[in-house]
Amino acid sequence: MRHFLDFEKPIAELEGKIEELRRTTDAGGIDVAEEVAKLRDKAQALLKSTYARLTPWQKTLVARHPDRPKCLDYIRAHIEEWTPLAGDRAFADDAAVVGGLGRFRGRAVAVLGTEKGSDTETRVLHNFGMAKPEGYRKARRIIELAGRFGLPILSFVDTAGAFPGIEAEARGQAEAIARSIEACLEAPVPFVATIIGEGGSGGAIALAAADRVLMLEHSIYSVISPEGCASILWRDAAQAPTAAEALKLTAEDLRRLNLVDAVVPEPLGGAHRDPETALAAVGNRVWDCLEPLLALDGATLRARRREKFLEMGRNSVI
Amino acid sequence: MNWISEWALPKIKTLFGAPREVPENLWHKCPACEQMVFHRDLERNLHVCPHCGHHMRVGARQRLDYTLDEGWQRIELPKAPQDPLRFRDQRRYVDRLREAQAKGGQEDAVVVAHGVIEGNRVVAAAFDFSFMGGSMSAGVGEALVTAARLAVLQDSPLIVFTASGGARMQEGAISLMQMPRTVIATRMVKEVGLPFIVVLCDPTTGGVTASFAMLGDIQIAEPGAMIGFAGARVIEQTVREKLPEGFQRAEYLLAHGILDMVVKRSEMRATLARLIGLLRLPERETAPAAEPMLTLAPPAPAEGPTPAA
Ligand SMILES: [Zn+2]
Repeated sequence: MRHFLDFEKPIAELEGKIEELRRTTDAGGIDVAEEVAKLRDKAQALLKSTYARLTPWQKTLVARHPDRPKCLDYIRAHIEEWTPLAGDRAFADDAAVVGGLGRFRGRAVAVLGTEKGSDTETRVLHNFGMAKPEGYRKARRIIELAGRFGLPILSFVDTAGAFPGIEAEARGQAEAIARSIEACLEAPVPFVATIIGEGGSGGAIALAAADRVLMLEHSIYSVISPEGCASILWRDAAQAPTAAEALKLTAEDLRRLNLVDAVVPEPLGGAHRDPETALAAVGNRVWDCLEPLLALDGATLRARRREKFLEMGRNSVI
Repeated sequence: MNWISEWALPKIKTLFGAPREVPENLWHKCPACEQMVFHRDLERNLHVCPHCGHHMRVGARQRLDYTLDEGWQRIELPKAPQDPLRFRDQRRYVDRLREAQAKGGQEDAVVVAHGVIEGNRVVAAAFDFSFMGGSMSAGVGEALVTAARLAVLQDSPLIVFTASGGARMQEGAISLMQMPRTVIATRMVKEVGLPFIVVLCDPTTGGVTASFAMLGDIQIAEPGAMIGFAGARVIEQTVREKLPEGFQRAEYLLAHGILDMVVKRSEMRATLARLIGLLRLPERETAPAAEPMLTLAPPAPAEGPTPAA
C-alpha cells in the first residue's frame, strides 16, 4: 500500500482509477488500454507539475516520507563487505546511529549515518533516528578509527534531531554532539556527507561537518524543525508551513547560501517513488565527490575543511 | 534615597500591595526568593542576591567588569551579514536586530575583550542574554572566532562566559553552521597550547552547549545556572515524565560528571587566575610572546597512524 501525502491526493485518485480500470480488464472486461494510457499520462503530468513546485513545507513532508530510502538502504545498495560496528565503549550501543566498515566501489571506507527505520519494529529499534549521547560517541569513535587507518568516511544523515530525554541530558548530550562535530572537523581523511531526508539541527551536523556535503533534492537541513520554530516565533505550531518558508531549509536554499556543496536530483515524484534511481544517483554523486579528495593528504584535508567552515555564512545572502 | 526608603520601601510596598513595578534602577526583586534588593547592594554583591545567594543574569560588559581588572579593552569585531535570509516572523528580523543593537549598544550578543585577571593576560568573550536571548548568529560565531584568533595572537588563555538560548532561528542554517565554526575556534586555541576555559552562566542551552561551550579544557558553571541541550519543556513532552529535582542545573551537571566545578561569582576571578597559573606551560613563563599570526595558522601536519599501545 503506497503512502500518499496530502498534497498528492489528486495523483492518488488518478492512480486509483488506473488500478481499477486495469482490474476490470484483467477480469475479462472490455479492453481499456487506451483509457489507461491516457490516465497514466495525465497522472505523470500532474506528478511532474506538483513536484516541480513543491513548497518548503511540502518538501519537509517528502523529506520525512515513510517510504523514502533510509540510511541502511544506501548502505545495502553501495557498501560491500558491510561490517557494522557497535557501541561507544562507555555505556551502550545506540541503534539510532549506524556505523561500520565496508567497501565503496572497491575501496575500504567507514560509513556512518542516522537510521530512522522503515516499519514500526525498526522505527522503535532505531529510536526514530534520534540519537542519544552514546550514539554520537559511537560516531566519534568510528570517525577516529577511520582517521587512524586512513579510511575515507561516508555519512548518510536523516534525523529529526538529537533525542530530547532526561537520561540523554544526564549523560551529556551536548558534549557528545560537540565532540562528534570536533571529530568530523579533525578527521585526517576524506569525508563526504549526504543529507538524505531530514537534516535536523545539531543532531545532523554532528555527522555532517564534512569536506563535501550533499543534499538530496527534496531533503531539508535546518537549525530547528518548522513546527518548533513556528511554536516559538509565531506561538502557533500550525504556522509550520510559514516557518518552513522563512527558515530557508530546502536543498536549493542551502546550496544558494553556499552551506552545502551540491544537490542530488531525485527521480520524478521523489525518492520514495523510485528508490532504486535515487540510491544510484546518490552513489554516483558521492563517488564523484570522494574521488578527487582521495589524492589529498590528511593535513590538507583538515586545513581546507576548516577554511570552508570558517568562511561559511560570512557572505551568504539569499 | 535615605535609609528609610532603602530599608522600608520594599516591605511597605509588599505590605500594601503597591504596584509591582519599582523604579528599575533602585530596587530589584530577586527572581528566586522574591525579596527586594537595593541596587547598590546588588552591585556590591556582583548581582548575587544577598538574601538567598541567587546568581542573577548580568550583561556582557558587566560580566567583564566583574571578572577582569580595571582597564579591559573591548575588541571591535568583523562585520557579519545582517539578516542574510530576510527573515520575517510576526516582525522583521532586521527590525528586531536593530532594536537589540540600539538597546544594548553592541552589534550582537557577544562582547570580546582583552584584559588582565590578577596579573594574567586573558582574552575573554561574554554572552549577553538580553541580546536576543544570546542566540547564536553569524555575528556571534564571528565574535568567537575573533576571540580565538586574538588569544593565539596574544598568547593568552581564552575564557568564554556563555548565556544563550541556542540557535538564532532567524538565521536558519547559517546559525547551525556556527556550531562547527566555533568548534574550530576552540581547536585554534588548544593547538597552540593555550587554555580554553568555559564558564557556563544562566541559561546556556541548545547549539551553544552542543558546540564550543562543552569543549573547554576546564568547565565551570555559576551556581544554579540552567544548562542543557534540549529545553526542559520539549523533554517533558517527549518522555511524558516529571523532570527530576534540579534537572539541568549546574549542580546536577556537576554530579553527572559534565562540569569540573561550580564557582560562585564572588570567587570567579580568583579561581580563573589560579587555573590560568596552573595551566601555564613552563616554557611560556620566560618565552617571548608568540609571533603574531593574523590568519588561521595551518594545523600541524597530521602524524601517521599511531596504533594504540
Ligand atoms: Zn534571593
